[in-house]
Amino acid sequence: MGKYLHVFGLGIQNTLVYRVNFLFRAAFGLIPLAGTLFLWKSIYAGKEPGAILGGYTLAQMISYYLLVTLVDAVTAVAEDDWQIAADIKDGQVSQFLLKPMDYLTYRLCLYGSGRAVYTTMALIPVSVFIVFQRENFVLPSDAATLSLALASIVMAGILQFFIAYTVALLAFWVLDVSTFIFIQFAFEYIASGHLFPLDILPAALQKVVLLTPYPYLLYFPVGVYLGQIHGEALWRGIGMQAGWILMAYLGARWMWSRGLRTYTAVGG
Amino acid sequence: MKAAFATVRRYAGIYAALIRYSLIHEMQFKANFLLWILVEGLWFGLQIAFMTVLYGHTDSIAGWSRWEVVLLVGCNQFIQQLFHMLFVTNLSNLSELIRKGTLDLLFLQPVNTRFLISVRKFEIGNIANALMGLAVVGYALAKLHRVPSAAQWMGFVVVCVAGLAIHYSLMFLLACIAFWTVRAQGIVWGYYNLFNIARLPADAFPRGAYRAVFTWVLPMLLVSNVPAKLLADRLGSPWELMPLIGMAVVCFGASELFWRLSLRHYTSASS
Repeated sequence: MGKYLHVFGLGIQNTLVYRVNFLFRAAFGLIPLAGTLFLWKSIYAGKEPGAILGGYTLAQMISYYLLVTLVDAVTAVAEDDWQIAADIKDGQVSQFLLKPMDYLTYRLCLYGSGRAVYTTMALIPVSVFIVFQRENFVLPSDAATLSLALASIVMAGILQFFIAYTVALLAFWVLDVSTFIFIQFAFEYIASGHLFPLDILPAALQKVVLLTPYPYLLYFPVGVYLGQIHGEALWRGIGMQAGWILMAYLGARWMWSRGLRTYTAVGG
Repeated sequence: MKAAFATVRRYAGIYAALIRYSLIHEMQFKANFLLWILVEGLWFGLQIAFMTVLYGHTDSIAGWSRWEVVLLVGCNQFIQQLFHMLFVTNLSNLSELIRKGTLDLLFLQPVNTRFLISVRKFEIGNIANALMGLAVVGYALAKLHRVPSAAQWMGFVVVCVAGLAIHYSLMFLLACIAFWTVRAQGIVWGYYNLFNIARLPADAFPRGAYRAVFTWVLPMLLVSNVPAKLLADRLGSPWELMPLIGMAVVCFGASELFWRLSLRHYTSASS
């Protein structure tokens, strides 16, 4: 356990170098966010006051996007998948086969440290932005909702990491994984609720999407926070989230053991 | 006049050779080439899906109907993919050229350096995606029962060129920051965020600082909106084309000034 804490600490030190980069990244990300919010405001402006779209008032809709931005800052993989693929391609993985250190846990620690630094930096521009939007920012109804939402965000982060890790392991078989990373990301972008809350989809489509792992990355934790998801649906969602974490974990382990069989330690 | 003609011919010859070289390079990785077309196509599909879902809940956004917005997304795709085809790879490489000192080599060539930096690699695959954008434009026009006149199509070509010039100049300007910071990979990523607002109808933005900045400083709300409005016949008068064309000239001029300023700051990395 101690050695992984050490990895976490090293990860923090390494990513602190990029703090200004992170700050700009988070600040730049607010430009399209503001665009989307303007788009929604003008849609609601065309309706009668207090209109509800897909179960969301204007304030809830705006809060949805603000929370997606926050959860995304906490959980999104930044460079992790590229680095894992590069480790495999350049033969860097070899040293982990010789050391008493598990590569998956090692990467998870680095991911955690990277997210910790990124979130800290991103909070500066994002909270300024939220202050500007405060009349449209919904607070959680009670402490229980908030703690369930926080738990669900942590689980979303773990799931996000396992998915990215598994895709990156394709580097054992293909030379350039970037196209696979982008294809995966495209599906994630729409099915996780990054682009819009999944409630505004037609009901049948929504049911299908909820069976995939993606909604449990963003839509679900945000829905829990907003109180949109409660009662039985909430517990079913937590179950789905845990189930997908297990599936993704097993998938990652399986890919790794299969991949090592084809691994040739190029350059190592 | 004759000398100018000879220069144009010489540069066209160089460009043809560069395109040929890019094509040969690209065909070494055919599967990858096709996968990238798929990736770009997927993201385009996503943008249209987003708009389709929105119009499931409303008939009009800031006065724009469903097919007018699809037309806008198509125009944006067309311009953006042409921009990718011609410039994006090259401009995002500038920081590497500076960091490794490869830029020295380009300075020594008997060709305009800015030209070489800007067009070295030609991305053939993006033609397919640009055509996808154009196909969506055509489909949306059919749905709107609009048949643009020959003059409107000619105007469309002009404003697309102006839009390209704006994208190119702004990204070139951003890329030149690498002369000071050396490492500047984040720049490309930053520019992607700007792209994202270009496909939204400008009328949805209330008059204020945001709209003013993205019209008159970083004219993202002009580059795709004006061509779409032109084809949809939503322009009040042909004069509405002028802000886009004017901003293209201003942006290009600014980028040339900044380029010259940056060059004075260049200290080779290698020697």
